[in-house]
Amino acid sequence: MQSQFLLHMKNISKEFFGNPVLKNVNFQVRPGEVHALVGENGAGKSTLMNILFGMPVIHSTGGFQGEIEINGQPVAFDSPHQALDYGIGMVHQEFMLIPEFTVTENIKVGREISQPSLLSRVFGKELETLDREKMAWDARIALEEIGLNIEEHTLVAGLPVGYKQFVEIAREIDKTGIKLLVFDEPSAVLTESEAEKLLNIMRHIARKNIGIILITHRLGEVMAYADSVSVLRDGELVMRAEIKDTNILEIAEKMIGRKIERFVDSAAGHHDSREIALSLRNFHVDMPGEMVRGIDLDIWQGEIFGIGGLAGQGKLGIANGIMGLYSSRGEAEIFGRKFNPNKLGAALANDIAFVSEDRRGVGLLLNQSIEHNLVFSAMHTRNEFLLDLKIVKLYHRSKGRKHALDMIKLLDIRCTGPRQKTGSLSGGNQQKVCLARALTLKPKILIVSEPTRGIDIGAKKLVLEYLVHLNRQLGMTIIIISSELVELRSLCQRIAIIAGGKVARILQPDAPDAEFGLAMSGG
Amino acid sequence: MGRVKDILLRTVLNNKVVILFAILCIAAIYTAQNPLTFVASELFTRIGRNGFMVLALLIPVLAGMGLNFGIVIGAIAAQIAVFWTVYWGFEGSSGFLLCLLLSTPLAIFFGWLVGKLFNRMKGAEMIAGLILGYFADGLYQLFFLYIIGGIIPVSNPRLIISGGIGVKNTIDLTGNLKYSLDNISSGSMLTIACGAVILVTVVKIIAALAKREGIPKKTWLALAGALIMLGLVMLPPVSKLLSARRLLLLHGVLLALAAVIAKQAWLMINNRLIGRRKDYPLGPRFFLIALALAGVLLTCLKPAEEILMSVEIPIATYLCILGLYLFNAALLKTRLGQNMRTVGQSQTVAHAAGIDVNRTRIIAMIISTTLACWGQLIYLQNIGTFSTYGAHTQVGQYAIAALLVGGASVQKATAKQAVIGVILFHTLFIVAPQAGKELFNNAQLGEYFRVFVAYGVIAVSLAMHAWKTAMKPKKPLEA
Repeated sequence: MQSQFLLHMKNISKEFFGNPVLKNVNFQVRPGEVHALVGENGAGKSTLMNILFGMPVIHSTGGFQGEIEINGQPVAFDSPHQALDYGIGMVHQEFMLIPEFTVTENIKVGREISQPSLLSRVFGKELETLDREKMAWDARIALEEIGLNIEEHTLVAGLPVGYKQFVEIAREIDKTGIKLLVFDEPSAVLTESEAEKLLNIMRHIARKNIGIILITHRLGEVMAYADSVSVLRDGELVMRAEIKDTNILEIAEKMIGRKIERFVDSAAGHHDSREIALSLRNFHVDMPGEMVRGIDLDIWQGEIFGIGGLAGQGKLGIANGIMGLYSSRGEAEIFGRKFNPNKLGAALANDIAFVSEDRRGVGLLLNQSIEHNLVFSAMHTRNEFLLDLKIVKLYHRSKGRKHALDMIKLLDIRCTGPRQKTGSLSGGNQQKVCLARALTLKPKILIVSEPTRGIDIGAKKLVLEYLVHLNRQLGMTIIIISSELVELRSLCQRIAIIAGGKVARILQPDAPDAEFGLAMSGG
Repeated sequence: MGRVKDILLRTVLNNKVVILFAILCIAAIYTAQNPLTFVASELFTRIGRNGFMVLALLIPVLAGMGLNFGIVIGAIAAQIAVFWTVYWGFEGSSGFLLCLLLSTPLAIFFGWLVGKLFNRMKGAEMIAGLILGYFADGLYQLFFLYIIGGIIPVSNPRLIISGGIGVKNTIDLTGNLKYSLDNISSGSMLTIACGAVILVTVVKIIAALAKREGIPKKTWLALAGALIMLGLVMLPPVSKLLSARRLLLLHGVLLALAAVIAKQAWLMINNRLIGRRKDYPLGPRFFLIALALAGVLLTCLKPAEEILMSVEIPIATYLCILGLYLFNAALLKTRLGQNMRTVGQSQTVAHAAGIDVNRTRIIAMIISTTLACWGQLIYLQNIGTFSTYGAHTQVGQYAIAALLVGGASVQKATAKQAVIGVILFHTLFIVAPQAGKELFNNAQLGEYFRVFVAYGVIAVSLAMHAWKTAMKPKKPLEA
């Protein structure tokens, strides 16, 4: 019996190292429809697609449970190439194009048309001569199919960014027997008009009875261009509906909806002083992958301020820009004093401390002891822990040791002693060391980036509780940047959601789920 | 006017390395005041000697593996073969053939090993190749200094150190392998070519008969043509004409110009009269023909004629180089060549497109190592003395320097750049000592200068490559 679904993934479950990332997900796509797949980062979208394509990462981590059917036939792919043989193609988020090749060469890469020659008769098929005329002809047809009017012999390097994606689509179209095409956040890098054109082409392709999976977080696009939608949250399918039967608010709510446990109640805000601790005006940061494109923020003294948003939208760029790790533009003020973030160390000198999201790269000296890690910044920027002999300054060992022991006790760092190398600590304890080092600077403003990434639940709770403690007892202004919306909503008094490098909304933690969802999708 | 200036400026900027070295060469020739006939004849000897080796470098660049310092290993394969050929007492063209037969499988095996290693250190192929060359040199010395005579019993007072263990420092190739390729006459080459064509067509015809298929007209034509040609070559007057081992450069140039004219004429006839394409532009064709005719006139000028008359080029060797030039061009047009380009541009894209990246890279290394091996054979038979422990050591550096002088870079190298590079680099080599003597009254200074140039150009090129790679991710902050 012919199934009505082109693709039917049944009861898909997958765990990475005992961590379930997909739980009994059912996913269906009909031929000729645009099916949107939405969800937050880490909801399991990419894992689901990796399973569909038989990516090596799935096999090397123990495979998955469940079945995949294409046109009612059960299939199992061991490699992406097998998936291609079944007519499943992917339009990648980052371009899989070679700039120095012509459009034709890019469309035909790996699938060149060739004819036998003298060399090939002796040495085999690989030495067949390319038939460039036929290749150009095929490329022309594929380009016309998607209504793109460019010369097939131009170099891709010279094309505008928007066109590159179309070349990639033309390549997928050119593959004979393509049945299912996956668009992985196609509009992320495009301008509005380019995105519109792309999505129209996508609809155009769907009319040829090709099934399309559109992975996106722009809910506006979903409403305008998709026929049906599946929403994933925490590895579970929470919704599958026809677009005509639903609305944008429902989708946004389903995408976010979680029970919030509050650590602190926002009403009891500590910030009665109303002095502005940190102020940013038209702030740009050039951090690859996390571009900040002009934000205005005022953070009150004594508040816990959250910065959230999806990966790649720029929330990490803000902190890295303030600290001077990436070049920035715009105005920045601390307690009314202007400072230049581009000067490395300026933020540190102005009593801002930073716990980086890149713990192992930026945050810690992995081959050094806990003790050295703790006093390192203070030693260099504050001239503390030094024994001044007038001619030279030496490390004040006993002072440093005492401080390290204090911190280990205070933050409950599980270690063999202050001399243990930080590289051999667990993630949670490394995070505590990072935090302790930031505190050693006695900052007025503490910026913590992804404080709970990759650490276990016990340590997570301790770290978060300690942040609240710092805020409450010492009146420290704390800025938390996190992908975990739950975390932000349980701690912060205000939360800024960053989308497209700009502040989309500043919300109260108890605002409805739908509002968070819409803000994150840039709406 | 402004556009012309623009184009001119861009041409100069794009070819700055070549232009710089061309100026340097002209200046050096001028100061050295060597007779031009001497420079020309030296130069053509050196092109024949080194051209093949430089062309062997092109394929790894294409496959994104950079400048192949590992060609030393190909040279080592050649030298092992040369030693045994000399030891067994083979001479002349049969000796050269034996060298080829011995060294090729060895070079393929070495190339495979090098390719395997390079696949494990992607992105660091050049430094790996350089160090691998030194490592292979160590093994080579162990083999020649101890194993030969020490473990493998070899006794030949001409080759072995008087103690009976280890090979002598230099092996004289005069009388056995010297000029064994250079001296193959065009007559015998034509005979071999005809024989090959006849063999292939006969096999084809037999295969077609066995499969009970019709035999295409083309096959019969080829067979007939080859037989007639063979008959012609056998005729005494023709065979006498073709028995010359060297070709006067003058004749070579005239032949080349004639070939250009013939090709352009054929293009015109083929497109206009046979293909009946009315819009085929004739202008460029006529221009090239006129240029060729002007070239013919130029050869009649006294100084040009003097130079052209003074140089004799070894036909077989130059044909080998031409063959490799054509092979490189043909490879680019094949599926394998396109795969190599793709791999060279982006391994991620290549992998996603279903190209076996590692295999393609290994094939590139096998081809390059084998070609380098043949290049070393050509070098040794021409130079005539085989310095057992020194002949291979700087092969990589000099060939790479020549390629870079021609304007190539780590990412892009063409056959044209290789040829230009060989000419400029070796001109400098020939005249530098004399120029040093004229200028500073010290030939040694010129010698230093050319060594400085060889390594300097490599260093600058590698630094530029590293700089470019480091600069790439930096983009201006968008507004």
